[in-house]
Amino acid sequence: MADSSNELTRPVKRLGDRIFSGTALGAGVLILVTLAGVGLFLTIEGLPGFTADSSATQPADNFVGLAGPLVFGTVLSATLALMLAVPLAVGVALFISHYAPRRLSQGLGYLVDLLAAVPSVVYGLWGIIFLAPKLVPIYRWLENNVGWIPFFSGPTLASGRNMATVAVVLAVMILPIITAICREIFLQTPTLHEEAALALGATRWEMIRMAVFPYGRSGIVSAAMLGLGRALGETLAVTLVLSPAILYSFNFIGAQNPSTIASNIALQFPEASGLEVSVLIATGLVLFLITFVVNFAARAVVNRRSEFSGAN
Amino acid sequence: MAKSIDVTDLDIYYGDFKAVEDVNVTIPAKQVTAFIGPSGCGKSTFLRALNRMHEVIPGAYVDGKVLVDGQDLYAVEVDPVAVRRQVGMVFQRPNPFPTMSIYENVIAGMRLNNKKMKKSEADDVVESALRAADLWGEVNERLARPGSGLSGGQQQRLCIARAIAVQPQVLLMDEPCSALDPISTSAIEDLIHELKANYTIVIVTHNMQQAARVSDDTAFFNLVGTGKPGRLIEFGETRKIFSNPDEKATEDYISGRFG
Amino acid sequence: MTPPTQTLKQRPGADGPRGSGPLNTQDQALHTRTLPRFAPLGLLAAATAVSVGISLALGWNRAAMVVVAAILYLVAINLVSRSVENGRRATDRTVTGLVTIAFLIALLPLTTLLYTVLSNGLGALSGEFFSASMRNIIGEGGGIYHAIWGTLIVTGLATLMSVPIGVFTAIYLVEYGKGALARWITFLVDVMTGIPSIVAGLFAYALFVLFLGPGVRSGFGGAVALSVLMVPVVVRATEEMLKLVPNELREASYALGVPRWRTIVKVVLRTASAGIATGVTLAVARVIGETAPLLVIAGSTDSVNFNPFDGRMATLPVFTFYAYSEPGVPAEFSVERAWGAALVLILIVLVLNLIARLISRAYSPKTGR
Ligand SMILES: Nc1ncnc2c1ncn2[C@@H]1O[C@H](COP(=O)(O)OP(=O)(O)OP(=O)(O)O)[C@@H](O)[C@H]1O
Ligand SMILES: [Mg+2]
Repeated sequence: MADSSNELTRPVKRLGDRIFSGTALGAGVLILVTLAGVGLFLTIEGLPGFTADSSATQPADNFVGLAGPLVFGTVLSATLALMLAVPLAVGVALFISHYAPRRLSQGLGYLVDLLAAVPSVVYGLWGIIFLAPKLVPIYRWLENNVGWIPFFSGPTLASGRNMATVAVVLAVMILPIITAICREIFLQTPTLHEEAALALGATRWEMIRMAVFPYGRSGIVSAAMLGLGRALGETLAVTLVLSPAILYSFNFIGAQNPSTIASNIALQFPEASGLEVSVLIATGLVLFLITFVVNFAARAVVNRRSEFSGAN
Repeated sequence: MAKSIDVTDLDIYYGDFKAVEDVNVTIPAKQVTAFIGPSGCGKSTFLRALNRMHEVIPGAYVDGKVLVDGQDLYAVEVDPVAVRRQVGMVFQRPNPFPTMSIYENVIAGMRLNNKKMKKSEADDVVESALRAADLWGEVNERLARPGSGLSGGQQQRLCIARAIAVQPQVLLMDEPCSALDPISTSAIEDLIHELKANYTIVIVTHNMQQAARVSDDTAFFNLVGTGKPGRLIEFGETRKIFSNPDEKATEDYISGRFG
Repeated sequence: MTPPTQTLKQRPGADGPRGSGPLNTQDQALHTRTLPRFAPLGLLAAATAVSVGISLALGWNRAAMVVVAAILYLVAINLVSRSVENGRRATDRTVTGLVTIAFLIALLPLTTLLYTVLSNGLGALSGEFFSASMRNIIGEGGGIYHAIWGTLIVTGLATLMSVPIGVFTAIYLVEYGKGALARWITFLVDVMTGIPSIVAGLFAYALFVLFLGPGVRSGFGGAVALSVLMVPVVVRATEEMLKLVPNELREASYALGVPRWRTIVKVVLRTASAGIATGVTLAVARVIGETAPLLVIAGSTDSVNFNPFDGRMATLPVFTFYAYSEPGVPAEFSVERAWGAALVLILIVLVLNLIARLISRAYSPKTGR
């Protein structure tokens, strides 16, 4: 090794370091630009759609007449799916985190994760061919016995392609993400809290109520909202399963069902031209805003939670 | 090739927090210098300031001069990367690279810098570094096995071999034995004895006997008050510091009446 | 609220069936009446028997039989436990039953889905199915050759774009980023994670229309749309893995006089590489089944198209969709092809998931090579 003291002197910031950190920064900025681009290009292309006349917004008279029922259908299907999925997901997550034998729980987790890997077009096929006919007897029973409730007034189609079936398919599709997050959170419950509850003589269920749920509550909420975000944007499963219409209806098992934004785009876009394209892009923008708000709220809950647990 | 280190008026900061204040000391060449002192007094901080590892921590900086052989490490035109090649470091916990074999770990300093080497040259470097670290006999049969498969003491010697393979002039060690059993500890202490023929060695330790056994000089650091920065209280020959220190605080600390 | 002795008495209930049974028969304070270990299984058998009986008598189908058995079991275990043990343990046992049932329900879709796709799709698989396109095919015959190529090209291009962007962004966030810019990027990556896939397709369309005019369709546009979906997944996965690399390794490298960028490339990325590979594989598995964006921007065609920059490109998911929803006459052949393509798609996704698990298992820390 040379002993000259010049050995130590070099340009202060190395070229390699500068190129590398510059590239990393560039990649990050590219993401900023892309997102700005998503908003910008959708707005540019969609703007004419907001003021389109009835020629481009069939079967409705204007944009609001078209987008309103679509937003309604989107929110309705996603909400129903969420109501089905959350209790089930919490149960499954609890089973994996606190009930199943330790050695099995990781494998069971993978099994549920596999559900998330199935492409949505396959869910659509499954929903239409397998699930819908299986649900028809239930719809018939509901129609005949509690048909006076507006939700179940029917008439039930033999194909079972209605809002209720869509809700079940969507629930299955968002089950894995909600389960995965809940499972993580339940597993993170401080052992100290759990043991404190057990030491007080609590049964396992009481321990879960005393220690696990309070710790995981905000986590469950944000998991549910992330699931809601997914359900709102889901396209193909709805497109395949639903027999769609543009209307407002709370009849879950009827022949006329409100379509969703995403499903409507998938159905109309390939054949659309001119102003119709703008109208569809404008509805896409609306969908983007709705999911943005939902995801934003979910993140806010998650972040509040992490600050909270950091303080402990 | 070993060099002495002259430190003048050194203050060390973590952001707004001043961790070490006003250190003036000359660490002699080809000797072992021990840093002792209570926890949190800034031994590690000071040690890391000697090879510009301190500034790796976000917001951390130093004020003052550290001269190695007359060259100020903190002069503007000095490249911290080059400094670290001349002032090597061994950490408290052994940290071999988990993705590399024993062989690759030893020549990591060259490989990571893409230094071109002939196979035979590399073999020589590996063998001499492992021999210097007293590890050759234990691992020469399994150089291709992962470094993380060794025992803790062997891993630490591997880390020492890795540090001396780049032929530094100074070797800094931060509590190198605190994670090891007595037998590995004594192996490392023997090694330090051998290494001081060629290197200037600085070692942080909480073990008084160890400081007394391995070092020629000892520096005692202390906190003057809670929340205040750490300071160098006394520096001198180990024999003197341990038998007849000038400062009351040093005596209290060494005799265990303190902290 | 609860007197101390009773608290002690309840203790065995704390860890459920495993801990049940008298703890200590000598000590009366610890002795409490518990159901024998086989009680839940016995009750389940009884409930099933009753349910089978009723169903046979009333002519119900199997689904109803299972539902009735489950309800009977929950009621029975609650009542029995309430009378032998106490109310709190009865609730505990009922919840255990409910949670287990929830898990079994969650397994239903996976099994029935795999079964449906296998039984409908297996018959479609043949040499011709994999080697022929749909060019000039009406009715029987034809295959997914063009769609397989399309999926490979579109997904491959998307991966080529997403991995560098995603990995470098993660490097920026973990190794360099601080302050407002890093927070913004983190936030926007979160937002990107939530973009509905159809919106990503519309974005690609809106982008390409600006340059190429209305009605544009191309495989590359599909790749851009998929990238929008894939980048955030890659960023998140890589970020997690980079954070797992202990700081000690970075410091060990710096202390050897290795510059920062080399440390990141050769130590940090190298150490995290298996995890990153797993994450990327899962990301590919996620986007390879995306239909909606490709429907919008890549379109569909019957012929092979190797040029991603020119014209429509068929892909497996879109092929599946159209083969089912617009089968033509006679419908049966096209529907069968839809199932065949769905089966191929599912197999690809499952294999990718399996590969991801294998990578992460094979290179999980400490095992070394
Ligand atoms: N990364 C950091 N950021 C901020 N403050 C730090 C950091 N590392 C250490 N400090 C502070 O600097 C002071 C000196 O710490 P240092 O680690 O140098 O002590 P030490 O003498 O090595 O202690 P020990 O014997 O326990 O290793 C302490 O007050 C510590 O809290
Ligand atoms: Mg220290």
